[in-house]
Amino acid sequence: MILLGNEAVAHGARDAGARVVSSYPGTPSTEITETIAALGGLYAEWAANEKVAAEVAMGAAVAGARAMCCMKHVGLNVASEVLFTGAYSGINAGLVFVVADDPGMHSSQNEQDTRFYAMSAHVPILEPSTAQEAYDYIRLAFEMSEACDLPVILRMTTRIAHTRGIVAPREADHPELRPYEKRPDKYVMMPGFARPRKHAMMANLDKARAFAKERGINRVELGNKQGFLCAGGVYQYVKEAMPGASVYKVGMPYPLLEEEIKPFASGVETLYVVEELEPVMELQLNSFGLFPKGKDTFGKFGEYTAETVACAVKGVPVPEDTVSDLPGRPPVLCPGCPHRGAFTAIKRLKLNAFGDIGCYTLGAAAPLSAMDTTICMGASIGMAHGAALAQGEDMARKSVAVIGDSTFFHSGLDGLASACYNQSDITVLVLDNGTTGMTGHQDNPSTGMTLARQKVSPISIEETARAFGVKNIYIADPLNLPEMEQALRDALAAPGVSLVVARHKCVLIDGEKKPVYKVNPEVCIGCGVCLQSGCPALRKQDGKVSIEPTMCKGCNLCAHLCPTGAIEGGR
Amino acid sequence: MKLDVLISGVGGQGILLCGKILGNYATRKGLDVKVSEVHGMAQRGGCVVTHVRMSQRVYSPLIHRGEADAILAFEPMEALRYMDFIREDGVVITAADRVLPISVAMGQGTYPEDIMERVHARCSRVLTVDGAALAKEAGSLMTLNIVLLGAFTAMLNLDREAMEAAVADSVKPQFVEMNRIAFGLGYGLV
Repeated sequence: MILLGNEAVAHGARDAGARVVSSYPGTPSTEITETIAALGGLYAEWAANEKVAAEVAMGAAVAGARAMCCMKHVGLNVASEVLFTGAYSGINAGLVFVVADDPGMHSSQNEQDTRFYAMSAHVPILEPSTAQEAYDYIRLAFEMSEACDLPVILRMTTRIAHTRGIVAPREADHPELRPYEKRPDKYVMMPGFARPRKHAMMANLDKARAFAKERGINRVELGNKQGFLCAGGVYQYVKEAMPGASVYKVGMPYPLLEEEIKPFASGVETLYVVEELEPVMELQLNSFGLFPKGKDTFGKFGEYTAETVACAVKGVPVPEDTVSDLPGRPPVLCPGCPHRGAFTAIKRLKLNAFGDIGCYTLGAAAPLSAMDTTICMGASIGMAHGAALAQGEDMARKSVAVIGDSTFFHSGLDGLASACYNQSDITVLVLDNGTTGMTGHQDNPSTGMTLARQKVSPISIEETARAFGVKNIYIADPLNLPEMEQALRDALAAPGVSLVVARHKCVLIDGEKKPVYKVNPEVCIGCGVCLQSGCPALRKQDGKVSIEPTMCKGCNLCAHLCPTGAIEGGR
Repeated sequence: MKLDVLISGVGGQGILLCGKILGNYATRKGLDVKVSEVHGMAQRGGCVVTHVRMSQRVYSPLIHRGEADAILAFEPMEALRYMDFIREDGVVITAADRVLPISVAMGQGTYPEDIMERVHARCSRVLTVDGAALAKEAGSLMTLNIVLLGAFTAMLNLDREAMEAAVADSVKPQFVEMNRIAFGLGYGLV
C-alpha cells in the first residue's frame, strides 16, 4: 500500500487493536482521525477540543480499551493537563497521544517542540521516520504504554505526516478488553495518592527505557568516523547528505539511552546531533557528559533538508534561492467566502478586531487588514475583554472578538463565561460558516453531524450564549452588507456582552450555484473600492475592473460595494 | 532508475492528485517512492508544491536543488519559481495559462512578461502546453493536470500503460473516461 504518513498511523492503530479515538482537527494531524473513521472497525469522534479528546482517550484506556487522541502540536497545550497527571496515574490499556509538530510553520502559529512536553511530563516519545515506521510505531507505542504503565506520545512532523510512502501492513493484533478496576490510589490524584505515584512514574520511565532497549527502538548503523544522532525526518536527510557516516538512528528521542549512546559516541571522531526545533536530544547528551556539534552547527530555525545538513557539516552557508523576485501567492479567502462580508463590515465601521484561529485569520491579510490579533484558539473573547479593561468604554464600543463556530465550541465558551461573569461590555462576533473550514471541513458541535456521519441535534451558538446571560443577540447574513453592518452597530451600542452571529455556509460546501456578476465598463470608474474586499475573482486592468467568470461565486459583495452601480448580474 | 519530479502550481489545480498518481505509478514499476505534499492552502489560492521521488531506495522526501529530473508546472510563474531545483539536463513541462496572484489582480504588482525566457535560460528542454484549451476539449478544465501528466509521460518516455492505469486508479470511476481523453491529448503533443 502507498499511504500518507497520517494514513499509516490510522491503519497501524486499527491493526494494533485500538478501540477508541478522540481528536480535534489541526494541520498536520487531521487525516489520522478522518482515515480511522473511513476505515471503520473502531470508534472515532471529533471532540470539542484536544483536552476533551485526551480525557476521552484517558477514560477509555483506564476502562480497559486501547485508546488514542490526535492533535497538532499546539493542541497539546490544551490537552497537556491530561498528559501531566495521566503520567502519574498511569493507564490500564494502552494510551497514545499522537502529536504532529510543524517545523517551518507551514500552517501553524508557532514552532513549539512536543519532545519537551514528553521530557517535562516524564513520558516516553517515539518518532517515526517513514510511513512504514508510522504504521509500526503506533503499535509499538501501545505495547510500550502497557508495558510501562505510562501514556506514550507518538510525535509526527509535517514531512512525515504529509509524505506518502510504501507501507506493508502486518497481521492485526486483537488485544482483549481489559477489566475496569476501581483503584483510587492510582486514579484519584489527590496529594496523598499522587506523592507515591510520582515515584511509580519515575520507575515506569525506567521500564520504558528497558522496553526500548529490548525492542531495539533505536539502532546503530556503523560507517565512517563521523557519527550522527538523529530521528524522524531528519534521519532521512542525514542518510542522504552523509552516505558513509555512522548513524545512531533514534526512535525514542526522550528518554535517550545513555548506555547505548556512550559506546556509539566513543567509536566516532566527531559526534553530531541533528534535530529540528529545540535541542531536546542535545541537552540530554550534555547531561551524559557528551558535547556534540548540535544546534550551533545546524541552526535554530525552521525545517532542515539534506542540503542544510551537508552545508552545515562542511561549514558553508546554504546557497540562497536565485528566483526570489516573483510576486508571491499568499493564501486568500476564497471567492464567495462569507467571512469577506464580515471583515468588509469590520473595516468599514473602523473596528478593532481581536481575532482567533481558522480560515478567517486570513482576514488579517491585505487588502482587508481587518483583524488585529491572532494568538491561540479561543483567545479572541478574553483578549477583547482585557483590551476593554485597559482602554475603557471607548475601546469596548469600537471592538469585536471575532471567532469561528468550531473555535467557539473549542475554547470560546470559557472566555464567554468569564466575560459574562465579570460584567464585560464586549461584542462577540461568531463567524458561523457551518464547518471547521481551514482543516478541510470537519464537523463540530454546531453542525448537527458527527464524524461517523450520524445526524444529531446541533448545539445552538445563540442559545448557548443566552444561557450564559447574553441578552443582546443579533443574527446577520455577512454577505448582506447593510444587514451585517446594522447588526454590528446595534451590538456595539448595547450594554453588557452582546453577540452577533454572522451566519452563512462556507462557499466550498454550499452547493447552491448562483449567477455570476459582470462589470459594465461604461459605468466603472476604476475607483478600486470593490478590490478592497480582496476577492480573487476581481482584477484591474487598464483602469477598469473586471470579474473572472470562472471564479465568481455570485456572492454579491462587490456589487454592494460599488459606488457607481457598475457591477451587475446575479439575482 | 531514479526519477525526481517537482509538481508546482496554484491551490485547486489538482497537484496533490497528480502526486498521488505518480506514487501509484512508482509502485507499479516496483520502485520505492516518497510523495511529499503541502496541505491546508490547497483551496485558498496559495502556491502548492509536491515533491515526488522514486528510485530503488528513497531517503529524503524532498528533492535537492539542482537535482529534479523534471518540473511539472500547472502555471508558468510557478515553473519559474522552482527553477533552482531543475537539473541542467532536466525537463520542464508547464501549462501556458496564467493564474494571476492577488497583488497583480489588484493592480499593485505586475505579472513578469519574461517568464518563459527565464525558464528557457536555465533549461533547454521546455514544453509549454495550452493546458486549459486541451482540458476543455477533453471535457472539463478540471483535467488540466492530467493533460500535463500525459505530456510529461511522453516527454520523459515513461511507461504509458502503467501511467494510465495509475490515473484510472486515482480518479472517481465516472471521470475515468474523461481523464483518459485528457491524458491522450497531452501525450499526443510530444
